Amino acid sequence: MDIAIASGKGGTGKTTIAVNLALALAETQPVTLLDCDVEEPNCNLFLKIQDLSCKKAEVPSFDFDNELCSRCRKCADVCRFNAIAVMPSGVMFFPELCHGCGGCILSCGTGAITEKTRAIGEISSSEQGLLRFADGRLNVGETMAPPLIRTLKEQLNDDGLNIMDCPPGTSCAMITAVRDSDIVILVTEPTPFGLNDLRLAVAALREMAMPFVVIVNRDGVGDDQVKKYCSEEQIKIVAAIPDSREIAEIYARGETLYGRHPEFSNQIDVVVKWLKQEAGQ
Amino acid sequence: MKIAFSVTANNGLDSLIDARFGRASGFLVIGEANETQYISNEQNLNAPQGAGIQAAQYILDSGAEAVVTAHCGPKAFRVLSGSGIKVYIGVEKTVKDALAAIASGTMKATDNANVEGHW
Repeated sequence: MDIAIASGKGGTGKTTIAVNLALALAETQPVTLLDCDVEEPNCNLFLKIQDLSCKKAEVPSFDFDNELCSRCRKCADVCRFNAIAVMPSGVMFFPELCHGCGGCILSCGTGAITEKTRAIGEISSSEQGLLRFADGRLNVGETMAPPLIRTLKEQLNDDGLNIMDCPPGTSCAMITAVRDSDIVILVTEPTPFGLNDLRLAVAALREMAMPFVVIVNRDGVGDDQVKKYCSEEQIKIVAAIPDSREIAEIYARGETLYGRHPEFSNQIDVVVKWLKQEAGQ
Repeated sequence: MKIAFSVTANNGLDSLIDARFGRASGFLVIGEANETQYISNEQNLNAPQGAGIQAAQYILDSGAEAVVTAHCGPKAFRVLSGSGIKVYIGVEKTVKDALAAIASGTMKATDNANVEGHW
């Protein structure tokens, strides 16, 4: 079962929920936690796992031989990502714009283009008891998170329970992370900002025909509009974590909350119970 | 010298300079005998990425030896300068004003992109 933790709005508590939910589940069963927010992975700030094994994540890239190139421009014309310019002196290739489709190779009549690979980031993984953890880290300067997220998702345990901490927003990175999961948990805060971005995330998931529920974090701040919206839209709120300075302090120290803060732990237990019911159905 | 100007619409020498290069509405190319050619940039204007690179490709294909615009990003600049095309960046409002500024020497070719990508 694959559970994606997403939000729309950033900073609502995705990582807090993902990490602590994984820890709660790992007390009794094997669970895999993937930090899919590859532009800003932060789960391990809380888990503090040291012995991670790292490997490079690569995407297809291309070499252009200006001796063989006839300057016909077919490669530049076929590239819908505008990654190629053909100048009298030769081809200028912008790998950071390339999606690795290989259309340029197919269009080239002179064999001037060859395929290679290019590292765009790193995948780190480790096993700690029943918890298996992996995160992706996009290299600085790279703009395309989805290929790295797809590589990271190869770490999903096909037969087991997987928790994915997803990127915020509703763009390609978030869509790539939540795609194919069995359920999405949207973490929101009961404020106008939280509601605005929750609506966007809900619209994206409905477009993808994906099941989702909501966890309200920092319940008690803001207003009642999120709860009203969820009720009107018949969206299940599985848990509401109270707004608490104590929770914020533990979080700010980079510590995990499960088993350390009673009210928070209760709400995580509610989510675990709900998940077990869902998995049983 | 054949010069291409990023313009908001084709109004001959009175065309307004488009502040953007890659996502300009079009390019007015003026030759040595003042003959003009208008190149629509509509396809790049709507491109999800790489607009500057392909706009630079248009300039290259037009045979222009120089470009006048208000902002040029790093990727477009690499294609233009890599092809030996001079880049003039100025605040002049119209093609006519920019031509005069180049003729009088108050507008000079730049050695660098003057904005980051996606400014």
